[in-house]
Amino acid sequence: MNVPEPYRLLLYLVGTLAFVGLNAAYLVWVERKGAARFQRRPGPTEVGPAGLLQPIADALKLLSKQVLVPPEADRLLFRLAPLLVLMPALMCLATIPFSAALGARDLNLGLVMVFAFGSINVLAIMLGGWASRNKYSIISAARIVSQNVAYEIPMLLVVITLLMVTGTMNLREIVEQQAGGFWHWHILRLTANPLMPVTFLIFFICLLAETNRAPFDMAEAESELVAGAFTEYAGMSFGVFFMAEYANVLVGCSLATVLFFGGWQSPVGVGSGLLWFLLKLYLLIFLVVWVRWTFPRTQFYRLLNLSWTLLIPVSLGILLLTAGLLKVF
Amino acid sequence: MKPFPAADLLVLGVFAVAVLLTVAGALIAVLSTRLIRSVCGLALTCFGLALLYYFLHSPFLALMEILIYVGAICVTIIFAVMLAEPDEAPAQESRGAAFLWGGLALVVSGAVFWALVQLGWGHAWAAPTSRANAGTVHDLGVALLTTYSLAFELISLVLLAAILGALVIAHHGRSKS
Repeated sequence: MNVPEPYRLLLYLVGTLAFVGLNAAYLVWVERKGAARFQRRPGPTEVGPAGLLQPIADALKLLSKQVLVPPEADRLLFRLAPLLVLMPALMCLATIPFSAALGARDLNLGLVMVFAFGSINVLAIMLGGWASRNKYSIISAARIVSQNVAYEIPMLLVVITLLMVTGTMNLREIVEQQAGGFWHWHILRLTANPLMPVTFLIFFICLLAETNRAPFDMAEAESELVAGAFTEYAGMSFGVFFMAEYANVLVGCSLATVLFFGGWQSPVGVGSGLLWFLLKLYLLIFLVVWVRWTFPRTQFYRLLNLSWTLLIPVSLGILLLTAGLLKVF
Repeated sequence: MKPFPAADLLVLGVFAVAVLLTVAGALIAVLSTRLIRSVCGLALTCFGLALLYYFLHSPFLALMEILIYVGAICVTIIFAVMLAEPDEAPAQESRGAAFLWGGLALVVSGAVFWALVQLGWGHAWAAPTSRANAGTVHDLGVALLTTYSLAFELISLVLLAAILGALVIAHHGRSKS
């Protein structure tokens, strides 16, 4: 399309904001319904059919609340933190190719861009926790750094492994390599690396840890730290943190779809398109919700040990194995 | 396709924002009394620098600036700040020492600035090469293993020394106190 660049930018901004907002609102609904079903209760039913209007009621409630800043807090950083959490996720979405024609930016460095902006997320949550001047928030802020540093390593190792197989960091090209049936998807490319499903598993575990989802939500840990880094936040500033969490889940699952599940490619080889991407994306997101309500939260030290003693050695091993196989064949 | 109206002005505006971010961040980093805000200033500067790199047609460098400096180094510094006392005023230095170190810093930075100005004015500027589409995996691999292989290996040695140093400090730290 011959649309001038500034209009494209505007279109992308409005589109992404709408998508992220709607996605967050209805993922809260999915989460609440999912949790309820896993616990054998109906979940939200009152507002609208099957509680479908509940997110709108929630949003109105959050928007009408006063934004409180505790007197002891660092006012500037306290107000800045929710914005800083949300922005990187929006930037990451710019590189995700939703279908062959739908993507904000076709960058050769798409994969690097996602990780560059993804790394800011931890900085923002940490600033929010630190600026709150609350002991629970500060404990949570310290936790989130060690957790994210620990899990960034296996995540990047896994991605490097995949990068050796694909040979490109352009996300659109990565999807195009996986055309023609589900056996071409990277998760099943066993010729490049017989441990590809394990690679995906490591990626998925790191994704849960990086987006602070249970069983790794040490930053929030409501049973021990009240609400962790978000304890002092009220009203919509709290809501923005949640929007950002769901936006990050969205980015992570989109990345998993692109890297391992063939993006917009159809599993049978015909009729590829946006719908397939969304289907795979939301199946993965449902998996994230499923994991959250199935497994209890781990202890913090076990969480770190899992990364340093299991995930990093295994992902390093996979890296070496893939390099060797690529060299030999 | 006719060009977008006032496209040059827009580009100039974005450039001004980049410069402003860099300078303002540096000023915050130096002038703020709270350590944590200084780190935020540093992060801001790195963002501004990344934007400037992008303007110089080096997207890979820009992304690496964000990934390494904002995502890793600033996070590490904040982590170190957290281990220190929260927002404690720094211990008062004696005025003599402050003047001595301040003067020394002024002389050194003045000398560096003067040398850079001499370099900039005394030599012809190299025309910036466009690398808008550089940075494929192949290019990177070739660059790291041929042109920059010595620097690459040296950096890995420095990191190894840093890891060993951290291990030594961690090993001795607890038992003595």
